[in-house]
Amino acid sequence: MRPYRPKDNVQKKAYYNDRFYVTPQIPKDDPASDEVYSKDIEKLQSKFSISESYIQRGELVIYIDPDSNVEVLEFLKDELDYSFLMEMSAVDFLAQREGFEIFYELLSLSKRKRIRVKTFIKENQAIESVQHLFRSANFAEREMFDMFGIQVNNHPYLKRILMPDDWEGYPLRKTYPLQGDEFAQWYEVDKIFGKEARDIVGPEIRDSAHIDRYDTERFARLGHEVPRGTDISKDEPDTDNHEFQEEGGVFLIKDLNKPQKVLSEKERRER
Amino acid sequence: MAQHQVNYGQDAGLPVALTTIDKIVNWGRSNSLWVLTYGLACCGIEMMASGASRYDFDRFGTIFRASPRQAEVMVIAGTLTKKHAEFIRRLYDQMAEPKWVISMGSCANTGGMFNTYATVQGADRVVPVDIYLPGCAPRPETLQYAVMMLQKKIRREPANRNRNLKQKRFV
Repeated sequence: MRPYRPKDNVQKKAYYNDRFYVTPQIPKDDPASDEVYSKDIEKLQSKFSISESYIQRGELVIYIDPDSNVEVLEFLKDELDYSFLMEMSAVDFLAQREGFEIFYELLSLSKRKRIRVKTFIKENQAIESVQHLFRSANFAEREMFDMFGIQVNNHPYLKRILMPDDWEGYPLRKTYPLQGDEFAQWYEVDKIFGKEARDIVGPEIRDSAHIDRYDTERFARLGHEVPRGTDISKDEPDTDNHEFQEEGGVFLIKDLNKPQKVLSEKERRER
Repeated sequence: MAQHQVNYGQDAGLPVALTTIDKIVNWGRSNSLWVLTYGLACCGIEMMASGASRYDFDRFGTIFRASPRQAEVMVIAGTLTKKHAEFIRRLYDQMAEPKWVISMGSCANTGGMFNTYATVQGADRVVPVDIYLPGCAPRPETLQYAVMMLQKKIRREPANRNRNLKQKRFV
């Protein structure tokens, strides 16, 4: 028997069904091939355990132990002059490897080189904050917490940054549905009107082309309005012509729509 | 000895205008629609353009106000996120009666292209909407047209109609 693989797991779905297909990979070069990087990686390897390192697209990538992220970044900043944390975030590998890959993109302005520091943590493992080294990590770590639910230790203000504070779930995880779970779909209704208003407001209409001409709760029919909630499915009021103003003009307002005669060339010359 | 005889029956001859209370109230309301500035996204830029000199909203008596207590029309111009929904409702509740809502652009109408977890799928889930204005983003002319349609709608309504009806839906 073949092993059972759940087909509804989107993350495990293969993009390609061709079993001879090989995913295209950017070629990985040896770090020793670059003059600057070879010195850097030598210094790094003498101090820290680096499980893997290579050069991809002319940028050095190193894999480090999650416990030593602060020390490695401190060393990179102070000793090797990678002074600028361009960005950092996480990648969801929960389905494949039960954890997250966290990456730090550093730039050295003096060397004109970039380095990518990668580390892997388990699902409920926390990572140490690096915001005392790089101030830009403050918001990036908050976003990482907001979107993936990764706990960051010793962060001064670990709070959701984009989603509301009372939000449930972590939207950037691959298991999070794009159109939101039940909590997300009823969030604004629950918060403003309370759960009992769910029946009145109704579920979200995800079809943006949805039109119900008989729905007088949600659709105001210009020109033939009826009181809210009236049943017009039997006798629909006649369609009105849509002009800017009422026929015969408006009280105290000049009729803008008054037909004006366009003069022909000949008539204009006669004037 | 009147040398000139005034023909009061003629057009604009009589210095008296006869009308109904409804008409004169609605005339006042429809020609002084003060709009709450509510630019949420790129539609807000078009809304600002409508208020600027080229399109000149002041001609319609439409003046942008920064306070909900001085406004009677809320133009929801842009993407309404779920995080923001609470505040739009609060500002709507702070507006004085009578009040109207124009939902400007696809995002405010239906969520538009943001068919995601974080966007309110139509501002009408939160506040009652009078005019849905399509477009992404609608041009200033379209917003002007919407305001004209709203004026027309206001003139058709009885002046003392119970605007609270709409809100009672959720209370």
